[in-house]
Amino acid sequence: MPNLRFTEQALSEWMRSGGSHSEIVISSRVRIARNIVHHPFPLLANEEQAEKVMDVLAPVIDENQATGYGTFQLVKLDELGELDKTVLVEKHLISPNLANDSRGGAVLLNEDESVSIMINEEDHLRIQCLFPGFQVKEAWDRATSIDDIFEAAVDYAFDDRRGYLTSCPTNVGTGLRASVMMHLPALVMTQQIGRILSAVNQVGLTVRGIYGEGSEAAGNIFQISNQITLGQSETEIIENLHSVVIQIIEHERNARQRLLNDSALRITDRVMRSYGILKYAAVMDLKEASQRLSDVRLGVDVGILQEPSISVLNELNVKTQPGFLQKTFGDKLNAAERDMYRAKLLRETLGTTH
Amino acid sequence: MVCQECGARPATLHFTKIVNGEKTEFHICEHCAREKGELIPGTSGGFSIHSLLSGLLDLEGASKGKTAAASTVQDVRCEECGMTYGQFSKLGRFGCSSCYKYFDKGLDPLFKRVHGSTAHVGKVPRRAGVQIQVRRQIDELKENMQQAIAQEEFETAAELRDQIRKLEKEIAQE
Repeated sequence: MPNLRFTEQALSEWMRSGGSHSEIVISSRVRIARNIVHHPFPLLANEEQAEKVMDVLAPVIDENQATGYGTFQLVKLDELGELDKTVLVEKHLISPNLANDSRGGAVLLNEDESVSIMINEEDHLRIQCLFPGFQVKEAWDRATSIDDIFEAAVDYAFDDRRGYLTSCPTNVGTGLRASVMMHLPALVMTQQIGRILSAVNQVGLTVRGIYGEGSEAAGNIFQISNQITLGQSETEIIENLHSVVIQIIEHERNARQRLLNDSALRITDRVMRSYGILKYAAVMDLKEASQRLSDVRLGVDVGILQEPSISVLNELNVKTQPGFLQKTFGDKLNAAERDMYRAKLLRETLGTTH
Repeated sequence: MVCQECGARPATLHFTKIVNGEKTEFHICEHCAREKGELIPGTSGGFSIHSLLSGLLDLEGASKGKTAAASTVQDVRCEECGMTYGQFSKLGRFGCSSCYKYFDKGLDPLFKRVHGSTAHVGKVPRRAGVQIQVRRQIDELKENMQQAIAQEEFETAAELRDQIRKLEKEIAQE
């Protein structure tokens, strides 16, 4: 069993600093998908072929410790327990896809967990860079520079006309998925969110829950990402996302201001009530925890509350997830026990602040 | 827009169903879409991007099984990994990078639907793509030269022409 500090601690180092617009944008992520020529994609690869891909890709970073992004550790998914895999998903360090079907899968993680390089996910190589706040351009710069390191060492599957060839037709071309995680409680409260999200869909972007495809938008957190990867350059994709996110930030700010002007008492009550419940409840399911944490985050952002800090809230968002709870309190908790321990964790964390 | 099924979550899927000439519009969230799988043609229960894609690909071979020509399309096989176009259209994923070459004929309509485009314009691997990069650079310079000519900036145009010649020479030598 490898030494897994990655699953011991809830908050990745990279999440500790805020980044710009951090009162609304939680994090920015860029992922690029790459494949090696003349190797079947992981979907078809047998164990031996998957192993070969790992042998080609893993040493590239080993030999390149001077990436400038810290030391990397190779974590093979086969060597991990189910719980550790779940925790890595909850921290967004690997995709649910890699956790569920980890045949020959591995991830290279750097020390502060801001770079996560998945091997044998849907594609041979998926380079993911995470930044706090709104730093999608910075995330792209880092991802592309790591891409250059791999490209110098292996022959990518690339076609003059189609670009980077990927397993799924939705990633072909740039192989780039840039996404921004946004906390949009005021747009939800004022019921403007639907209109904005459908507008977002019309400009080639998609909105998902925080754990990607098929997941719900828990705690008013939405993930906005590009849908198109072919026919637009990386710069266009990043700039398009950037400008749409800036507009959503503006709308969310206005909605917050309007709520404060028109219904200050109601909002204050909601925030304080949620804070009280988080501090004193004995049973708390995940859905409620996400919603209450969202209220408190809004309260801190608009100055109704002075504490807890945003970094404590980020940490709680991860720590209250099922995998992490079990990691902390015992790996065989049923749903009712999880709800009890979730409440305990919240009480203990928030009870220390006054 | 709010999901018309649950009335709570935002609607992220918008589609039109036509039964016996009667048109019904649906605006639902992914959650309800999954629960009410029957609402979406071609998906039952498990709703994923791949099942949607496979739906799109099936449209390509809508007449499959009916004519000999259609069944040959389904039988086209990638010689490197062995995947057939039929399998590809079911899985919604390629078996290897060579599939792109063998299934090329069927791909333009699919890419057009998914991306609105069929050709890559972004990053090119440095090592493998020196030629491609230079060719793109030449295209860009040519465009600039045309603009310069149109604006009667002949000195600039001449400079650009020289640059283009130099790059074309470089490519020819490689």
